[in-house]
Amino acid sequence: MQRLSKGRKLLKTFLRNRTSFIGACMSLALIIIAIFSYWLAPYDPLKQNVYHRLTPPEMIHIFGTDEYGRDVFSRVLTGARISLFVGIVSVALGMIIGTMMGMVAGYAGGKLETAIMRFLDIMMSFPDEVFGVMVMIVLGPGMLNVIIAITILMIPRFARVGHAPTLGIKEMDHIVSAKAIGAGSGRIIIRHILPNIFGDVLVMSSLWLGTAIRLEASLSFLGVGVPPPTPTLGNMVRVGVDFLASGPWVSLFAGLAILFAVFAFNLLGDGLRDITDPKLYAR
Amino acid sequence: MLAFSIRRILVAIPTLLIVLTITFVLIRIAPGDPAEVRLGDYASKEAVEALRRQMGLDRPMWVQYLEALKGLLQADFGRSIINGRPISGDLKRALPYTIQLTLFGIIFGALFGIPTGVYSALRRNTLTDYIGRTLSLGGLSIPSFYLGILLMLVFSIHIPLFPVVGGGDIHDLADNLYHLFLPGLTLGLVMTAYVTRMTRSSVLNTLNEDFIRTARAKGLSERKVIYKHLLRNALLSIVALIGVYSIILTGGSVMVEIVFSRPGLGRMMIGALKQRDYTTLQAVMIVFATFVVLINLIADLIYGLVDPRVRRK
Repeated sequence: MQRLSKGRKLLKTFLRNRTSFIGACMSLALIIIAIFSYWLAPYDPLKQNVYHRLTPPEMIHIFGTDEYGRDVFSRVLTGARISLFVGIVSVALGMIIGTMMGMVAGYAGGKLETAIMRFLDIMMSFPDEVFGVMVMIVLGPGMLNVIIAITILMIPRFARVGHAPTLGIKEMDHIVSAKAIGAGSGRIIIRHILPNIFGDVLVMSSLWLGTAIRLEASLSFLGVGVPPPTPTLGNMVRVGVDFLASGPWVSLFAGLAILFAVFAFNLLGDGLRDITDPKLYAR
Repeated sequence: MLAFSIRRILVAIPTLLIVLTITFVLIRIAPGDPAEVRLGDYASKEAVEALRRQMGLDRPMWVQYLEALKGLLQADFGRSIINGRPISGDLKRALPYTIQLTLFGIIFGALFGIPTGVYSALRRNTLTDYIGRTLSLGGLSIPSFYLGILLMLVFSIHIPLFPVVGGGDIHDLADNLYHLFLPGLTLGLVMTAYVTRMTRSSVLNTLNEDFIRTARAKGLSERKVIYKHLLRNALLSIVALIGVYSIILTGGSVMVEIVFSRPGLGRMMIGALKQRDYTTLQAVMIVFATFVVLINLIADLIYGLVDPRVRRK
């Protein structure tokens, strides 16, 4: 009963908090569009048409066409689907691996903790874009490798979220009792520590999903992301730059889609953080 | 303060060493042999072997690693495998463009971000605050390359006020600043968004502190409370975040340099990447990492200087 009313209270706060509500609507719309992009796209995103190269936005091509006469609107939809897929998978992987590493480091303490956290700190001292490029050089191009690269960038972030609260939680009575009746470290971490920080982790995932999508676009823009002909939003912006004077709509709409997606998840994450942080909520 | 500084510098050295090692190893395990890259696909096996020997690639990895470290201590980054030129010369030409850009970005960000953040926090939950928050969240969400393209589209193509590409003549200050303006503005606006947010939350946190209530309770004017008690303490945590900003800035500078074709480090990195010039790539990565480690060190020292509590830890 206690749980339910708490959940209900949270839901009520969530609906009343405009930021998170608008963010949730935008994110949901985005996910639906991404899932159904195949049916929503009016044209084949890869179909070229030499007679309709760089035509400005009009009724039949609402976002115009690119330098090969491909429909920009259909390409943006498909690109959004790829960005979202890459973002969600890498954030999920980063969340699982990173949070685990952080909790293990925090629970174990001592040398292991120092080693893990120090190493992750050093990883974070590289700018995301530079480290991402470095990983992509080693792995080579391809969608799977982009996912791996962004996962690697997400791990230290989640590790910090998992690490700090574990330090306090492991001293609490219920952990001490669990240990006393003989629960193993693995069980304690999964059953007793994880539930306490899972809320924080989820909130941050929503925030970092925005970051992940931005990073995917940045890597594509630098030319080390998912290789063409697969349409990705970052690739479209990059190619569109060459036609900025004659056909700015290619870059403009692709970039706008990135902005929309990142903004949606940032808004959602930001709102969720306000709600779940009791210190902020009290204000 | 001296003991604190020495301690911090000693901690920075192993960090730098680990960063160098990671870069070295990653570049070594990247696919593509530098000798083969340089000679192209049609070179004979013997020629590739000979070049490998000449470049020292046939030696064990740890010998190469020590050699590289020895070179770095003398600021010698070796030669480019594509054009054979010493890399330090290219770095020396590129570095000023990147430093100018990042400096412009951080100064712009601090100049506009701190006042906006403070203002937004003091007028919390009013319309101005909402607008400020939405704009700064937008600034966090917009990829710097896209913002650069938008600015370029408006101020270089539609209204031809500023040059589309290039870095300008490094010896001609006016020309230099003229070319710096749009890229600097791009990075500066992104920075403003970050600084505004951090400042706002830092001021809000400080507003809840007991000493603010005490200051108000003893009848100080609101002006005095804000300037003497609130800002001094709130700004502390903003200084503490200079290191974080520097990482974001460096990453952003790569993207902005690509958009505006500024001949800085970021462009050098991407150029080397396209040509598979691994030695240059390694050098640029090392410079980037050193840059960040150094700024972090400086930020820590400043923090220690302004907040005595940090020094004692």
